[in-house]
Amino acid sequence: MEACKELKAKYDRCFNNWFSEKFLRGIYDDSECASLLKVYTECIAQAMKDQNINIDEVNMAHLGTEQEKKTED
Amino acid sequence: MKYYENSTVFQFNWNQVAHAFWQRYPNPNSTHVLTEDTVSRKVKNGILHTTRLLTKTNRVPKWGERFISKNVIKIIEESTVDPKTKTLTTYTRNLGYTKVMSIVEKVVYKVCEENPNWTVAKRSAWIDSQVFGFSRAIQAFGLDRFKKNCTLMYNGFNYVLAHMFPHTAQYMNPSLSQMGFAHLIDEGIKTSLAEDFQYSLQGKAEKVKDAAKKATDLAKKRAGTIYAAYQPEQS
Repeated sequence: MEACKELKAKYDRCFNNWFSEKFLRGIYDDSECASLLKVYTECIAQAMKDQNINIDEVNMAHLGTEQEKKTED
Repeated sequence: MKYYENSTVFQFNWNQVAHAFWQRYPNPNSTHVLTEDTVSRKVKNGILHTTRLLTKTNRVPKWGERFISKNVIKIIEESTVDPKTKTLTTYTRNLGYTKVMSIVEKVVYKVCEENPNWTVAKRSAWIDSQVFGFSRAIQAFGLDRFKKNCTLMYNGFNYVLAHMFPHTAQYMNPSLSQMGFAHLIDEGIKTSLAEDFQYSLQGKAEKVKDAAKKATDLAKKRAGTIYAAYQPEQS
């Protein structure tokens, strides 16, 4: 979303570093990017609202739920 | 409903694939991806759960314009990353227009059983349409487009992996140039990561040349794209 571009860039930089340096090495504490994630996702939520995107449909979990389609093997 | 599945091998280890997954866009094959944004993300029991919203442009055939007026589609991507079992699972679905055409795709990235330095992506897709009188045609079109996009996605992801991990990429077979990125490679090598400084470009060029010689046969065997598509009775 154009409106959240800068917040996204800042957050993504933090996340990518945390993901490879911490998370993939078994350190699950994700607090270091939490504040950047919060402002960024708030911006995205507002942008979705402005674009009349159905947020309930976005947030409805499918993966790992009964909604998830079954592979045919 | 049409069901489709295939498996592809990335000649990069699982950690590299998982790391690069979040940085797949932009790549030369992803010009249709307009935006990718994180909607929510959390770590729960050692597993990273993410929901992202992507917008893409989509080619609509002339006869399809009566059902889909605009060609920007929104896609929801749910994913889980489990570093313990080295499993990355993605599940994507289109938002809106699901009666016209619904494409659900699940991809599971795991360590390759034959080579622990490689990663297998198992892709499953469900393509459905409920437009009376047109559902077969729309499903067939959707499946055809999906198959073409698979190759583009695979090559695009490899392009990103090769630029993030140039050291590993030297041994890639088929090479990037064989995937159609020849015109982009020089620039890629110039801007590639510092870890590569110890390797002379000369040595790399020779290895690429060597690899190219053996490539034709091995490419089919090793990076083998196994796919099976079939159409259940009800379609």
